[in-house]
Amino acid sequence: MSDTRISDNRLRIGFIPLCDATALIVAVDKGFSAAEGLDVDLIREVSWSNMRDKLNIGVFDAAHLIAPVAIASSLGLGHVKVPIVAPFALGVNGNAITVSPALYAAIAASAEGNLTDPLVTARALARVVATRKTRGHNPLTFGMTFPFSTHNYHLRFWMAAGGVDPDEDVRLVVLPPPYMVESLANKHVDAFCVGAPWNSVAVDLGIGFILHFVSEILPRAAEKVLAFQSRKAGEHPDVLARLVRAHARAADFVEEVGNRDEVAAILAAPNRLGVAAEVIRRTLDGRLKVSPDGAMRTDANYLLVGREGAGRPDPTQAAWLYAQMVRWGQAPLSDDLCRAAMGVFRPDLYDAAVGAPSAATTGRIGAFAGPPFDPGNIAGHLASWRIGRVPVS
Amino acid sequence: MDSSFKIVIADENPIRAAILEDGLREAGHVQVVRIDEMADLLARIYAIDPDVILIDLENPSRDVLEQMFQVSRAVKRPVAMFVDQSDAASIEAAVDAGVSAYIVGGLRKERVQNILDLCISRFNAFHRLQDELDRTRSALEERKVIDRAKGILMKAKNLPEETAYAMLRKTAMNENKRIAEVAQSVITAAELFK
Repeated sequence: MSDTRISDNRLRIGFIPLCDATALIVAVDKGFSAAEGLDVDLIREVSWSNMRDKLNIGVFDAAHLIAPVAIASSLGLGHVKVPIVAPFALGVNGNAITVSPALYAAIAASAEGNLTDPLVTARALARVVATRKTRGHNPLTFGMTFPFSTHNYHLRFWMAAGGVDPDEDVRLVVLPPPYMVESLANKHVDAFCVGAPWNSVAVDLGIGFILHFVSEILPRAAEKVLAFQSRKAGEHPDVLARLVRAHARAADFVEEVGNRDEVAAILAAPNRLGVAAEVIRRTLDGRLKVSPDGAMRTDANYLLVGREGAGRPDPTQAAWLYAQMVRWGQAPLSDDLCRAAMGVFRPDLYDAAVGAPSAATTGRIGAFAGPPFDPGNIAGHLASWRIGRVPVS
Repeated sequence: MDSSFKIVIADENPIRAAILEDGLREAGHVQVVRIDEMADLLARIYAIDPDVILIDLENPSRDVLEQMFQVSRAVKRPVAMFVDQSDAASIEAAVDAGVSAYIVGGLRKERVQNILDLCISRFNAFHRLQDELDRTRSALEERKVIDRAKGILMKAKNLPEETAYAMLRKTAMNENKRIAEVAQSVITAAELFK
C-alpha cells in the first residue's frame, strides 16, 4: 500500500516540531521537493516512539528521526528490529543544556574557572552532587528526550567527565520536549538537555539558564537524520535520490543568511513549529540568549543544517553513538554491531544523489574530554573512561 | 478471562478513557486505574504497580514509558512492548486504532491478548463516535449558514421562504456546488454590499 504511494512519487513524512526539522519543512514549503517531482505530505508527530513505529510499519515513508533511534532500530535494541538507512543528515548539533536558576547558582558557587568551560561546570556539578548527598537531599533530576537519544548521551558524556555517575549520582528521566519547560518551572526537573527552541523558551520565561550549547561539549555531533526503511530505500533508489537532492537544496537555502527571515517565518507557522519566528532566527544564527538577564552567547556551530558538509551522513558519528550505547549498558560491544551501526549512515547514497564533496568533512567529533575518537577502536574509547556500565569481560 | 490483572489507562481524553474502562470492567477486569495527568508519569505508574499499561498515541508521554525498557536503578520491574517481532498485524491494528500497550513484569502475552483486542475495538468505536459527532456538528453549522442566506434573499428580493430556498437549491444544482457553499457566497456578497 505505502509502496504504491512511493512508486507514485507520493511520500508521507513524519516530523517533530523542532528547529532541526528545518530542511524537511523548507523542502516542502519552498517547493524543493515538488521541483524533484515529489508530492510530500508532512505529518506532525508527538513522540519518537510513534515515529519509530509508524516508520517501521510503513504509515510513514520517511521520518525525521534522532540518529540513535535509527541505529537502535537497525540493531534491534529495545524494540522490533527494522533496518533503517539515513541518506541525509537533517542537523548537526543544536542541543543545549539548560539548568534551573537554583542549580545555576550552585554550580557557579562551586566552579573553579570559567563557566563556559564544560569541564569546569561538570566538576562543579560533581561538588554540588556530593554536597547534596552529605546533606541527605534528593538526587538532582535531569530531563532528556528518549533512552536512545543524543540528549541522553550528551548529558551523560558531559557529567561523567566531571566525575558524576549519571546512573548512581543523579536521576535521568525521559520528558517529551514540549513538557521540558513546564517541568523545569514546577521543579520536577533541575535541568534538561533538549533541542531548539525549548532552551530559549525557558530562558525567555526567566526560569532557566543555558549552561552549555552541546557544540561546546562535542563540536560536531550528529543529531537528526532523514530515515528510511532499508528495504524501501533499496526498492526505490530514484525516489530516494530525488528526496535527498531536494533536502540538500533546502539546506543550502536555509544556510544562505539572506533567506533566514523567510525561513524563520515558514517554520513559525502553527502547523509547523508554532513558535515565534524571532526565537527560530536566533537558533539558526547560533546567537542565543543564555540567561534571563539578557546575556547572549554566540557559536557559529550551534546548529548546522547544511553548512560544512552537515547534510552528508558521517559513519564515524554513528560509531560514536554506538559507543555511547555500549558505555551506558544499552548494547553489547561487538565489531559486527559497530559495523551495522555505521552502515545506517549512508554517505554513498548522499553522494549518488548530489555528488561527492570536494573537501573531507568526516571523522571529526572533537569532544572536550578524552582521547580523539577512533571508530576502529571502540574498546579503547570505552577503556578511557572511569565511569560507565560496560560489563567487565 | 483472567481478572486479576491491574491495568492502567494513560489517556488525557476522559471520554475515550471511560469507554475503554467500561469495556474492561464489562470483560471482568475490576482493577482498572485511569491516569489523566501526565506530570511525573513514571512515579504515578510505579505507585500503582500495574501489570498492563495502555496509552493513546496522541500522548507525547508515550516516550516516557520507553524508559521502562531500560535497565536502571529507577526501573523496578521489566517491561515489554505488547507487540513484538512476530506480530506485524497486531502492531498495525494498534497503531491504526491509536493505542499502544506495555506489559510489566514478564507476563506471557497470550494471557493479555484479549485486553489489547478489546482496547483496539473500543478505540475504534470511540473514533467512529467522534466522526459522527463531527459530522453532526458540521451539518448543524451548514444549516445555520443556509438559514442566514435564506433570510438575506427573503429580505433583499422580498421572497417567501420556500422560494428563497428553491433559489439556493437551483443555483447549487446549476453550478454543481453544495447548497451550503452557495449560501456562504450569498452571505459573503451581502457583507460586501453592506
